[in-house]
Parts: sequence; C-alpha cells; structure tokens
Amino acid sequence: MIDPSVFQLICFYAFSAVTIGAALGVISLRNTVHAVLALVLTFFSTACIWLLAEAEFLAIALIVVYVGAVMVLFLFVVMMLDIKQEHIREGFIKYLPVGIIVALIMLGEMLAMIGVRAMHAQVMGANPATVAGMSNTEWLGTALYTQFLLPFEIAALILTVGVVAAVVLTLRQRTGVRHQAASQQVLVNPRDRIRVVKMAAEVPAAPQPAPGKESTP
Amino acid sequence: MITLSHFIVLGAVLFSIALASLFINRKNVIVLLMSIELMLLAVNINFVAFSRFMGDAAGQVFVFFILTVAAAETAIGLAILVLLFRNRSTINIAEIDSMKG
Repeated sequence: MIDPSVFQLICFYAFSAVTIGAALGVISLRNTVHAVLALVLTFFSTACIWLLAEAEFLAIALIVVYVGAVMVLFLFVVMMLDIKQEHIREGFIKYLPVGIIVALIMLGEMLAMIGVRAMHAQVMGANPATVAGMSNTEWLGTALYTQFLLPFEIAALILTVGVVAAVVLTLRQRTGVRHQAASQQVLVNPRDRIRVVKMAAEVPAAPQPAPGKESTP
Repeated sequence: MITLSHFIVLGAVLFSIALASLFINRKNVIVLLMSIELMLLAVNINFVAFSRFMGDAAGQVFVFFILTVAAAETAIGLAILVLLFRNRSTINIAEIDSMKG
C-alpha cells in the first residue's frame, strides 16, 4: 500500500514530465498543427497539476476556457492560413544554441534567486478552503464577489472590448457583392411599399348552375 | 510530499522553455503567440502554488483575471494575424518590415 503523500508526489512528477515534454514539443515541432495539439496537452496536464494543488475550479476553467475555446481558435486560424512550412523554419538551427544558452542561464538565475532549498521546507498543509469549511469554488467566489468585485467588472469590460476589436479588425467591406443592409431594412416605412385602397363591398353574384353534368363525356 | 519548490521549479522550467522558443522560432508568429501562452501558464502555476501554500484566495483570483486577459489578447492577436496574412500573404516576421523599425 502506497502512502497517499508519496502517491501525490509520483502523480506530480508524472504530470510535470508530460507538461515539460509537451512544452518542448510546442516549440520544436515542424508542423504548426501538431504544435497547437502539443500546447493542448500542456494545458491539460497543467490542469491535472492544479488539481493536485486542490485548485479545482481553476483546473476545470483552464480546460473549458483554454482547451475548449482559445486552443480551438488557434487551430482554426492555423488551418485557415495557408502557411508555407519551409520558409518558416529558417534560422532554427542557427539560433538554437543561443536560445538554449539564454534559457539555461535564466533558469539557473531564477532557481538561485527564489531559493529552492528554503522553499523545500514548506510542505503542503491543510487546504485553506477546507479549513474555512467551504469548497474551493465557494472559497474563490467569496473572494471574487466581495474583495475583487470592481476588477471582476473590468475583466468583463476587457472581454467585451476584445470581442469588438476582433470583429472590427477582421471585418472587410467588399465591393461588388450583394448583401443585406440591415439598417435600411429597419428604417423602411410600410406606407412606401403597400397602398391600402378603400372600395365598396362586392355584391355576391347569381348562383352558378351545378357543374356535375358538364364533366361527364 | 509535494513542497512549494516543486511547483516553483516547474514554473521556472516552463518559462525558460517559452523563452528559448522566442529565440529559435523567430520567423513564425503563431509559435511566438503560443510561447506567450506558455509563459502566462508558468506564471499561473506560481500563482496557484503560492495561493495554496499561503492560504490566500487572492492568488487564485489573479489566475482568473490572467486567464481573462490572455483570452482577449489571443483573440486580438489572431485577428491581427489573419489581417496580416490577408494583406501580405505571409506571416514571416522578416518580410513584415513596412514600418522600417
């Protein structure tokens, strides 16, 4: 029987390995569609790591919002654009040593600065949401809707501006194409199209003879 | 036992990978946008870890806002990319030099 904390550690290492491997795939795969799919895997395994940290709401939000919406948008754009692969890979080998050296130096600096050994002493304690007697979503929502209400509204505004900007940027007015002018359709006055005429009521005509005899040969 | 340093090291490694991508994929705008996403993800891992270990909900609320802003940024960035491809028929950064910067 494995100790639960050891099992958590094994899961953490497994998900971290998948995350880092997929991230390496994102930056090195030749086909852009494969790179986007590797990014999806990166986000997914990161959501699993967040589940290990008991941030359930954000893990699900990452999968639903990021994998479900943003990555699909990426895939959509990548497949829509007809990209020539050979020109895009120019300079990959040339700049590879520089990239690796800069990344390693920066990684070393970050690890030295944050003091890994000091943080190693901090063991994951009790879940603060459980201590407060709430679920993670309730704990997060309480802070979001009381302390951070104004930033929350501003975030909604940012999303609206983003939607409008994306539509306005890609909108194009093509000439020589027939399309509906919605504003003109709304502004139409019924009197310009239909004329209602007053006239006297019709007098019913005299009854016709029964048509039965005419139809027989 | 999972400690705080596990999460921090994972975030630092992801950030460094994204940084290396900025150097080696300097022609492809789409991969550059994706490496920005990776950097934001690394930052988010740090925020979640600190929120969990310090017992403060503000960190997770910040991740929520970063996700919002990153989604808006991606939508606008991809719109600019589509516009660029429509006008220039290329997404190679070396050929996009009309501003002579």
